[in-house]
Amino acid sequence: MPATSADDARPDPDWEGVRLHVVTGKGGTGKTVVAGALALALASAGRRVLLIEVEGRQGIAQLFDTAPLPYEERRLAAAGGGEVFGLAVDAEEALMDYLEMFYNLRRAGSALRRLGAIDFATTIAPGMRDVLLTGKAKEAVRRRREGRLVYDAVVMDAPPTGRIAKFLNVNSEVAGLAKVGPIRHQADDVMAVVASPLTAVHLVTLLEPMPVQETCDGVAELQAAGLPVGGVFVNMVRAPLLRATDLRKAEKGRLDRAAIADGLAAAGLTGPGGALAQVAVDDAVDVLCAQASDHAVRVALEAAERATVMELDRPTYDLPWLPDGVDLGALYELAEALRAQGAA
Amino acid sequence: MTASVDQPRFGIDALLGDPGVRTIVCCGSGGVGKTTTAAAIALRGAERGRRVVVLTIDPARRLAQAMGLSELENEPRPVVDVDARAGGSLEAMMLDMKRTFDDLVIASADPERAASILANPFYKALSTSFSGTQEYMAMEKLGQLRAAAEAAGHLDLIVVDTPPSRSALDFLDAPRRLGSFLDGRLIRILAAPARLGGRAYLRFVQAGFGVFTNVLSKILGAQVLNEIQAFVASIDTLFGGFRERAERTYRMLQQPDTAFLVVAAPERDALREASYFAERLRAERMPLAGLVLNRVQTSALPALSSADAEAAADQLQRLGAAYRTTAGVLRVHAERVTTVERQRQLAARFTSAHPDVPVVRVPALPGDVHDLPALRRVGTALSGCATGAAPER
Ligand SMILES: Nc1ncnc2c1ncn2[C@@H]1O[C@H](COP(=O)(O)OP(=O)(O)OP(=O)(O)O)[C@@H](O)[C@H]1O
Ligand SMILES: Nc1ncnc2c1ncn2[C@@H]1O[C@H](COP(=O)(O)OP(=O)(O)OP(=O)(O)O)[C@@H](O)[C@H]1O
Ligand SMILES: [Mg+2]
Ligand SMILES: [Mg+2]
Repeated sequence: MPATSADDARPDPDWEGVRLHVVTGKGGTGKTVVAGALALALASAGRRVLLIEVEGRQGIAQLFDTAPLPYEERRLAAAGGGEVFGLAVDAEEALMDYLEMFYNLRRAGSALRRLGAIDFATTIAPGMRDVLLTGKAKEAVRRRREGRLVYDAVVMDAPPTGRIAKFLNVNSEVAGLAKVGPIRHQADDVMAVVASPLTAVHLVTLLEPMPVQETCDGVAELQAAGLPVGGVFVNMVRAPLLRATDLRKAEKGRLDRAAIADGLAAAGLTGPGGALAQVAVDDAVDVLCAQASDHAVRVALEAAERATVMELDRPTYDLPWLPDGVDLGALYELAEALRAQGAA
Repeated sequence: MTASVDQPRFGIDALLGDPGVRTIVCCGSGGVGKTTTAAAIALRGAERGRRVVVLTIDPARRLAQAMGLSELENEPRPVVDVDARAGGSLEAMMLDMKRTFDDLVIASADPERAASILANPFYKALSTSFSGTQEYMAMEKLGQLRAAAEAAGHLDLIVVDTPPSRSALDFLDAPRRLGSFLDGRLIRILAAPARLGGRAYLRFVQAGFGVFTNVLSKILGAQVLNEIQAFVASIDTLFGGFRERAERTYRMLQQPDTAFLVVAAPERDALREASYFAERLRAERMPLAGLVLNRVQTSALPALSSADAEAAADQLQRLGAAYRTTAGVLRVHAERVTTVERQRQLAARFTSAHPDVPVVRVPALPGDVHDLPALRRVGTALSGCATGAAPER
């Protein structure tokens, strides 16, 4: 890709030095999409990036349009000389790894699994599940082969905002569970990565009241837990379709009705043979004004939500609303938008 | 698009007018409008003469306030400002999951034992964060409400909201999951030392229990394992019938006096979930009364297509500044009609897969639904008499 000239014009990436990007947000706001786009953006310029998911939903495979991911790193896509790999982390598998690595107990582990013991242990002590999942991310961040880092960056499609601080703050989660021993040790290791400048926790939001509220609460909670807050990714952004003066008038129901009627006639819509020939002009203008008013109300609400987001004083990145949904091609587009704004 | 022509029509009033329908359950994936729909149905039912209780789960704060649910009570309270002229009434409550669980413990154990269970850290984990506890407790509460309604005879319809979850199926599956978890083989193994004792226990150890505790104590530490065993022993007799209890409620939902509604937003993911749910209900022989397609975008000017509006806007743009306002409102119209059309196609996919499931559309109201008048508007839309919605093309 002849990307160098475009690269010259780009601002420096905002997250130099960050190797673990955790992407959270309210459910359905686009965490998986943003994590995928961010992974592609980080991979351009010849880097190796690992994209991991932790909720067993195979969201990454769906997004990249591939077969379900096993518990094994798979190459997903190429991006400007770099590569994105994918991994679906599973707590049971991670525990089996762990038993094997430290105790050489894989066979006993399999027996336990048949009994449902692993499910049991991770259920009755939910902190343990989180240590196993975050532990895998930590391991990937630190992994080296022949002295060199295997991945330049790891992106995690993480649990939603309501659970994120608890999920990452594994130390306090296992505090009641283990004061010493292997779980405790693992938790300390995880904290050394996630509560350090190696990590940035990004939040995805829409310009709607509930997602923005969750974002503000999430930032506060992360900060209180000493976890590094990254950027705010504003997803599904739509540009206003009316100019500012018309927006103001539309909101108050004061659009120039005569001018609209003239316009409809000039475009040949209301005349004979026009699409609106069978509709009374007044009625058509009524509907158009009412719809414009709905639009203006929405734009105003979005502006208010954006102001709230700005008060958080974090870097923000906009991702456009894509009317046809997000396929792999669209994901590259979103990645490019992120790079242009300095997110990667 | 003519997909909606043959689709059976659906109106909530048929259900509300049928005294044989005593429970209505609103299911659906996260954020689609389950709570709103349940509240709107309950209000409409009450105003049409039914004596209704609605069980809501995590309602948005302003909606809770509008229904007089300013605090968690875990018991139904009368809703004021309901039009009672038809002889109906409305009570509402929001589920307190932990308290329902606690009450279950208190009701089934002597005070001393109950106190020790409630204080156990593993009980706390189970009662607050096991995925499935909320569903189980919603079912439990529904069972209690049914029993109370039958005993006292003052209620004749229970409308149930379901917990926020990714999948509509969770409401059906999660209670069993919790039931079999608590009643499972593993719990019995962990509780075994207490129950078996003596030689039987020794044989058991030889059968592999040693390996099991050995590994668990490596992972968790010996002390934690002891605590878990103590907890399991203490709940063992208490919840021996847990699975059975879940099964009983489940069977209750299979009775003909229960009607399920699945709520979906006109989006791909939500409709896919609704589809899974419809298939599952059919497999379980549970009656699916209909699909509520919520927050549907409408346009009152369907004669003007998106492409025509867009082309006219482009043309006016070229004609000069005088026409900028018209060009703008035409672009707004084009975007809106595109959405209407996309939603219609998504819905048509559902209806061609499930031609026998009736559909009712509820338009997207301009603001959130957080007061009784807005709930009434949703109720009117649910009855199938479109208000403010555009007629189907
Ligand atoms: N910029 C966008 N434009 C259009 N559609 C989008 C955009 N971003 C996401 N979507 C769509 O929105 C839906 C939700 O996105 P996604 O699955 O990424 O959200 P999520 O936060 O990961 O959801 P969940 O909480 O269920 O994991 C998907 O159907 C996705 O294709
Ligand atoms: N027809 C509608 N028009 C406008 N807003 C609506 C409509 N239906 C629901 N809403 C709004 O959408 C939001 C989500 O609705 P609701 O809480 O009922 O969803 P839910 O399915 O219960 O969500 P959860 O899965 O989180 O419990 C609320 O703010 C509600 O006011
Ligand atoms: Mg996701
Ligand atoms: Mg709800």
